[in-house]
Amino acid sequence: MGLKYLLEKEFKQLLRNKFMVGVAVMFPLAVLLIMPWATNLDIKNIQVALVDNDHSPLSRDLIRQIEHSTYFNLQSQTGIYREAFADLERWDADLILEIPAGFEYDLVQFGTTPVQITINTVNSMKGVMGQSYMNELLMQYSRALAETGNRPSSIVSPKVELITQYMYNPTLNYRFTMIPGLIMITLIILGGFLPAVNIVVEKEMGTIEQLNVTPIGKFAFILAKLIPFWIIGLVAVSFGFLFAWLIYGLVPLGHFLTLYFFAALFILTMTGFGLLISNHSATIQQALFVMFFFVIIFIMLSGLLTPIDSMPGWAKGIAAFTPTKYVVNVLQSVYLRGSTIADLWIDMLVLIAMTLFFNIWAVISYRKSQ
Amino acid sequence: MNNDIVIQTKDLTKKFGSFTAVDHISFEVRRGEIFGFLGANGAGKTTAMRMLCGLSRPTSGMGQVAGFDIARQQEKIKQNIGYMSQKFSLYGDLKVWENIRLYAGIYGMKDADIARKTEELLERLDFTKERDTLVDSLPLGWKQKLAFSVSIFHEPKIVFLDEPTGGVDPTTRRQFWEMIYEAANRGITIFVTTHYMDEAEYCHRVSMMVDGRIDALDSPSNLKQQFNASSMDEVFRKLARKAERME
Repeated sequence: MGLKYLLEKEFKQLLRNKFMVGVAVMFPLAVLLIMPWATNLDIKNIQVALVDNDHSPLSRDLIRQIEHSTYFNLQSQTGIYREAFADLERWDADLILEIPAGFEYDLVQFGTTPVQITINTVNSMKGVMGQSYMNELLMQYSRALAETGNRPSSIVSPKVELITQYMYNPTLNYRFTMIPGLIMITLIILGGFLPAVNIVVEKEMGTIEQLNVTPIGKFAFILAKLIPFWIIGLVAVSFGFLFAWLIYGLVPLGHFLTLYFFAALFILTMTGFGLLISNHSATIQQALFVMFFFVIIFIMLSGLLTPIDSMPGWAKGIAAFTPTKYVVNVLQSVYLRGSTIADLWIDMLVLIAMTLFFNIWAVISYRKSQ
Repeated sequence: MNNDIVIQTKDLTKKFGSFTAVDHISFEVRRGEIFGFLGANGAGKTTAMRMLCGLSRPTSGMGQVAGFDIARQQEKIKQNIGYMSQKFSLYGDLKVWENIRLYAGIYGMKDADIARKTEELLERLDFTKERDTLVDSLPLGWKQKLAFSVSIFHEPKIVFLDEPTGGVDPTTRRQFWEMIYEAANRGITIFVTTHYMDEAEYCHRVSMMVDGRIDALDSPSNLKQQFNASSMDEVFRKLARKAERME
């Protein structure tokens, strides 16, 4: 009954607020334009200090490989390990590769030879990535050697060969895994923060009292608050999909409808959550702080920044209760792997359950009388 | 309950922790009456009014508004009353006609009726040219008149006015009271709190609240006689002298 009039009111207020309309468009654009570059976790430009004790054609060949690699910069080249180590200590170098004397001889005679890698792991991410890139490079090098027949045929190939195959994101472009997550962050801000502030603003203005003294239903009240933010979220997410395509050429392997379905569900979850916090808060400040507290947990444990598999058990337990964990999984799966709703039914059920939980709570916690 | 009695309370009490804001008040308000609810700041007027409007639950005691129980049938009461709070509470970012339409719609009026009555109202208030003005940019006196008009737009049985003329100039107050009389003549019961003792003279009956209790209740002329005072202002000062609560 009153829902129609309440919706009219909410839409007029939102659209009259030019700032808000701008936010819905500019926010996804800004996030997608800036963040993928800044939050790039691809490790590049690993500085290598090289200690060549062999000075043979093969060692020079290996050095050339390193020079040509996009991951490594040959920062210095000496014959003395101590000097290279000094570079490492000065942070000029991230990694020391020491080629032993007799490198070529051993390779040719026995088909195998050790090299030493020393890594600065203060930045553990860079260290670990540097090591695995270097392993990869050495592996390729020895494979190439075997193929060119530079060695006696009795020793054909290394005994163990590790082949790493990067699935779904073959370029290992971090931006591609990041973009679906950034779309989610946009939805958290627009779909979560705006409603969290909305009801509290009415409390601070005193306008809520005038509504509370009318016979308006609690359900209609919450629904009228929910729907506008839901639509803003859907508009924002459409811009997000559009910008991801225009700027990065990223189109989902899966179906757009799958993405929209889950985005719609996720916005409802966050909006319900925001409204529930708004109901329980007396001031805007309080609502914002409580919201920040949860959103930081939601983002940190979503699996967007660090894989959930490598979290300790208790953190995994908390992550299981964050809606973001499921939506990050969904967005990444649909974008990069082409998953369908049939593959993602667990995420769907969990998100539906959370949507119902938060929104029912929001309706119940809206009190028309004290 | 007598059909002519639209508000009735018996020992109505509201406590916040150990503080008793409203202390066993009992009174009746008759249909079509302009009932003045007077008292100093902090005497408990607003708290009592909020209980009658279904915004606040009583701690103890009973009350009926428009025939419904104030503790259990709050939503039923809300269908039958209008309310104008102390703090201006229309939407400043909505236009004049949009505010009217919102509340009329919530109370279940039909679109066509709303449109027709809106034009009538604006004409009567000489407001027609402000139809599309955002409420935020109206002067305070006009805002108050609009808020009152909105609170009785759906023709409620009773309207509760919480210090409706606070901060308004004397001319506008005068006009405001004319509007109140007009509404009372249409059969709407008026329950009004105020600080202004000259306004108390306009009421049919007046109750005086001191420290959460009703210390006096009668028509202005009877009260003046009872307290041997020449004006309501004097009655109020004689009563308020007993107050122990600080503002």
